Amino acid sequence: MSTPIESPVAAARTPRPRAAWLARLRPSGRTLVIAGPYTWLLLFFFVPFLLVVKISFADMELGIPPYTELVTIDQGVVHVALQLSHYAFLLTDSLYFATYISSLQVAAVTTLLCLLIGYPMAYYIARSNESARNLLMMAVMLPFWTSFVIRVYAWIGILKNNGLLNNFLMSIGLIHTPIELYRTNIAVYIGMVYSYLPFLVMPLYAHLVKMDLRLLEAASDLGAKPWKVFTTITLPLSKNGVIAGCLLVFIPAVGEYVIPELLGGANTLMIGRVMWNEFFDNADWPMASAVACAMVVLLLVPMALFQHFQAKQLEEGRK
Amino acid sequence: MSLIMNEQSKVETVSDVSRARDAQDYVRIVDVVKKFDETVAVNRVSLSVRQGELFALLGSSGCGKSTLLRMLAGLETITSGQILIDGEDLAALPPYKRPVNMMFQSYALFPHMSVEGNVAYGLKQEGVPKTELKERVASALDLVQMTRYAKRKPHQLSGGQQQRVALARSLVKRPKVLLLDEPMSALDKQIRQRTQIELVSILDKVGVTCIMVTHDQEEAMTMASRIAVMSEGNIVQVGTPQEVYEHPNSRFSAEFIGSTNLFSGVVVEDEPDHVYIETPDMPTRLYVSHGITGPLGMAVTVSVRPERIALSRKAPSDSQYNTARGVIANVAYMGGYTLYHVRLDSGKVVMANVSSLALDDIDAPGWDEEVWVRWSASAGVVLTK
Repeated sequence: MSTPIESPVAAARTPRPRAAWLARLRPSGRTLVIAGPYTWLLLFFFVPFLLVVKISFADMELGIPPYTELVTIDQGVVHVALQLSHYAFLLTDSLYFATYISSLQVAAVTTLLCLLIGYPMAYYIARSNESARNLLMMAVMLPFWTSFVIRVYAWIGILKNNGLLNNFLMSIGLIHTPIELYRTNIAVYIGMVYSYLPFLVMPLYAHLVKMDLRLLEAASDLGAKPWKVFTTITLPLSKNGVIAGCLLVFIPAVGEYVIPELLGGANTLMIGRVMWNEFFDNADWPMASAVACAMVVLLLVPMALFQHFQAKQLEEGRK
Repeated sequence: MSLIMNEQSKVETVSDVSRARDAQDYVRIVDVVKKFDETVAVNRVSLSVRQGELFALLGSSGCGKSTLLRMLAGLETITSGQILIDGEDLAALPPYKRPVNMMFQSYALFPHMSVEGNVAYGLKQEGVPKTELKERVASALDLVQMTRYAKRKPHQLSGGQQQRVALARSLVKRPKVLLLDEPMSALDKQIRQRTQIELVSILDKVGVTCIMVTHDQEEAMTMASRIAVMSEGNIVQVGTPQEVYEHPNSRFSAEFIGSTNLFSGVVVEDEPDHVYIETPDMPTRLYVSHGITGPLGMAVTVSVRPERIALSRKAPSDSQYNTARGVIANVAYMGGYTLYHVRLDSGKVVMANVSSLALDDIDAPGWDEEVWVRWSASAGVVLTK
């Protein structure tokens, strides 16, 4: 019985130098596991993105597809035609510039509001007792059980002139004419903060809940008043959670399309809507692609930051 | 043993100084009760700690010692009772206003601050001027010999170094009382004893009054000038390490501090200077050279420390008391001494520590050999609780 068990162990222990380079080439289980998601991302994310980049350098054309080929072969001569005018137009046209600025601004304000609302929420949940904690986190994640679009539609019902909110305020006599909320920037902010809040609360909660409470006791013991304990210990130690949460809100918020489309007014300028217009109303695929590529470039900075902090956090976790 | 002697001399020097008028009652804990819901964690505890002494609360986990310490620091509220330091009632003071500082279990150093930042933290909260702050931080780091690590972060330090930073951090505010919560628990066993001595010498130099909590009786004996043994929220015994070891007042103290042989029996003769006790464990009566307060026929326990028991190959000439025949059931060589387990004819197993010197005299008996155990009249202690 013992020989078949022992022999593979013994074999594994014997060094086989000649086969070492071969073994390195042979894919290990680890490589295969990692290869799965990478292949997925490559096929369904990176290749489509390259297509978008390609289209952004093409010219508009009537037909299907509605853009020109970049590389044509005419009588044995390869013609490469890169149309840079869309990017040049992006830089010179004030509407696009204003849209980018406005998108960044909406995303930044949304992130700030999420932080102001989400930090106390996460803090309160993390400091509740264990059973309450799980229940409250469930409540934070509960909205995900319904479709995002349906939830945004629900806000129309709440915010419109004869919606729930205005009807309620008028019925208790606080106001006499409905407040104009639906199809304004305020409605967009409400929708954005509502939708993105859980993305901030979750990483922040994870940081706050694992914080060593003895550090707070030590600070208090050393003479720090409660507010000082918060600003000198809790806040700095939850910094990575704040950064992760903010970026998780900010990055998707910049490109948000559904919320400004459903809740925003005509003057709500956001890059997602502009892209939609270029693609479907103007059928200008190359211009729309250029807008999309520019947005990706714009978001590379916060994304790199996010990666950086994630990596740093992993490193700290190892210590 | 020599360490314990050092501690004794320390107590004397401190009492010589007698700084405060009420140095005897520098810290007073009066009838303190702590309940968590309906569970009583600390049950009507009263204690006095002298100025400048190192007082240890000793007990197993869940005995209420840490709760008591946390109440001193203000991290737990008192259900009823009073805590006074230097005559001042602490009840109304939140933790950040109390004249005490705590060295936390596993130190609770702030991971995002340097060593220097950790030590300076308490002074910053007080609003100490910058130049004074720098001086005090520097001298605190110097005291614990951590000056060259001032710029390091806590995770770059070894356990012993972290402990010294924690000590500097809690001493730099010059607290009236320093609280130590299991100061050695995060250290490897090998460096513990050396660290204990270092810690005591630093605390000695500063002269601060200390209350420490530990579950390790050796640690308490090495470091403390007085020990309070706690069990289930109550104080069982208070005394110097020698008093508690040599004269335990209950079965609990006797068993918790060191190891001991316990004989249950009844009192058959009680005089002011001695008692005779009959026990089914022994063929002879037990003779103890101190009197007790209690009626004849009272059930008591006699505690005899293993190092007080002598082994011999022949029956002792005077075999009227404290003597029994047995066979050796187990032998364990411990280096400095040899631990014998001797099974008496009654079936009772008695532990005896035999020093290497004495071992040669009796020609090192082995397993299953017949030996006699005996001890002197002053070796036993009668426990009525």
